[in-house]
Amino acid sequence: MELKKVTNYQVLPGPEGFLPPSAASMGIDLPGKDMSLIEGREVLEEEAMQKIAEKLLGAKNPVFFPGPQILWTWKEGVEEKAALIKQMADAVGAKIIPIPNHPNLTIWHNKIDVCVFVGVHCHYANVALKIIRGGSNCYTIALCGVAGHEDAMITLREAGVPSYKRLLEIINEKKGVSK
Amino acid sequence: MIEQKVVDPHFMLFEAKREKKFITGSEVVKEAIKRANVDMAISYPITPQSESMHLVGDIYAEGYLKDYYRGENEFAVMSAASGAAMGGVRVFTATGGPGTMRAFEMFPTWSGSRLPIVCAFMTRGINSPLTIQPDTIEMSFLLDTGMLMFHAEAGQDLFDMLLKAFIIAEKTEVHVPIGVFIDGFFVTHTRESIEITPEDMKLPAYDPYSAPVPVMDMENVPIRQIRDPFVMKSNFVSYAAHASWQQEIQAAAERSRKYIHQYLGGLVEVENEGADIMIVASGTAVSQSREAVAMAKKEGINVGLIKVKVVRPFPTEEIRSLTKNAKAVIVPEFNIVGWLCREIKTRIDNNEKVMGGPRVYGGMTMPPELILAEIRRCAK
Repeated sequence: MELKKVTNYQVLPGPEGFLPPSAASMGIDLPGKDMSLIEGREVLEEEAMQKIAEKLLGAKNPVFFPGPQILWTWKEGVEEKAALIKQMADAVGAKIIPIPNHPNLTIWHNKIDVCVFVGVHCHYANVALKIIRGGSNCYTIALCGVAGHEDAMITLREAGVPSYKRLLEIINEKKGVSK
Repeated sequence: MIEQKVVDPHFMLFEAKREKKFITGSEVVKEAIKRANVDMAISYPITPQSESMHLVGDIYAEGYLKDYYRGENEFAVMSAASGAAMGGVRVFTATGGPGTMRAFEMFPTWSGSRLPIVCAFMTRGINSPLTIQPDTIEMSFLLDTGMLMFHAEAGQDLFDMLLKAFIIAEKTEVHVPIGVFIDGFFVTHTRESIEITPEDMKLPAYDPYSAPVPVMDMENVPIRQIRDPFVMKSNFVSYAAHASWQQEIQAAAERSRKYIHQYLGGLVEVENEGADIMIVASGTAVSQSREAVAMAKKEGINVGLIKVKVVRPFPTEEIRSLTKNAKAVIVPEFNIVGWLCREIKTRIDNNEKVMGGPRVYGGMTMPPELILAEIRRCAK
């Protein structure tokens, strides 16, 4: 028997109490194949990308936090991913800060209102995402190459070059509309 | 050594034609590990586990494993297993009873380091005066180490759970160790007919780059955080990091549920769902309970059985739902503390209906009549 978890929990910007729980322990499941999460709710990847573009374009100080899998890896496709991240950051006017040791201190000191985790090993991303939800009101986005992150407000899963390209396209489309 | 080909795990476990073999639990370990594409095994003898790892040593000699050695003691073995897994290889080891206790520090370390080590625990008593007899008390101590815990009823479960444990443990979003528990002697030293997968098939190799942490490199960020302020300082951010880290290990266990459903068919199995009296048991206590259920049915008593296959993560919702309408819940166990009873009592409503027992320990057997007597008492 497989019982479907029932939860009303939403993954929203903090500060969420003294020590917020992990979203997984509150009944939030990772997205299924070709799906994404917005604030704990499973949606199609396209819908999540639209929301990511809106959040980034509407932010006062958006920042990309690239991790070791973008910064210090020589795997196939990484160079292309890095170039696309730079283009996305340029398109939304975001800064790039390599994944910080102290996520919420970096967020507080730099007044970051929207951040994007990309290429951070999943365990470290999850650890940092919960700390951010606990201690700041920053809106967190994860472009995950594996299974996704319940603790981010928006997460993609299995995001590779095609997803990055589509996200950049959406950002540019939205910029054109707003102009 | 037979030449083996890597096959899709689903095909190997669920579709490939199986062969029947009349073997002991220890030999089951050998047959499972032979097919698990394990890189390295490390051992230290302790009864009733010694024979299993001896046999794994034999298949190393035949060429099935890349490396195998005997450690100085169980703590050394589990530490070495940790190093090997951090280095990015698939590791197997086994222990039991006092060996489990001696190695204990390493189990939460494995989980915290996100190491997908599979360890078989052949359970035995740990008390003084020294006993080598079957007893599941060590499981009580391991409940909160962050390790996933599967409890095999008999040899068939042991074979399947060992192979499936590697697959589940190595999923990126899970990636924590799995202990596969089997009641010492009752299963390790008895012979039964086991259906095993073809000898010329093995699981795909472990991909170290699927880990949610980098393969160990002390100079590579973010592993360098181990000695950086993030973790080692006494300040709020450091405490928050540790707290979040522990939550993440529990989250990993939650994420394993869907894979447990996929590969083990769920965390529990139920017989005669909706009965007035439900027995909840794990390990060999399930087999004894099954006998008692059959005897009770002959007497016209409406009794059911929930077999708990997975203790961590705990099947909370399953047991709540399956015992909701029962008038009594009987929990027979092979240990003095009644850890399974305690787990159930803290999780269900109206827990006064949970009967802790019958319990046997110190190597005693559990005659089905003992469980039947409890069923009769509850049926009155």
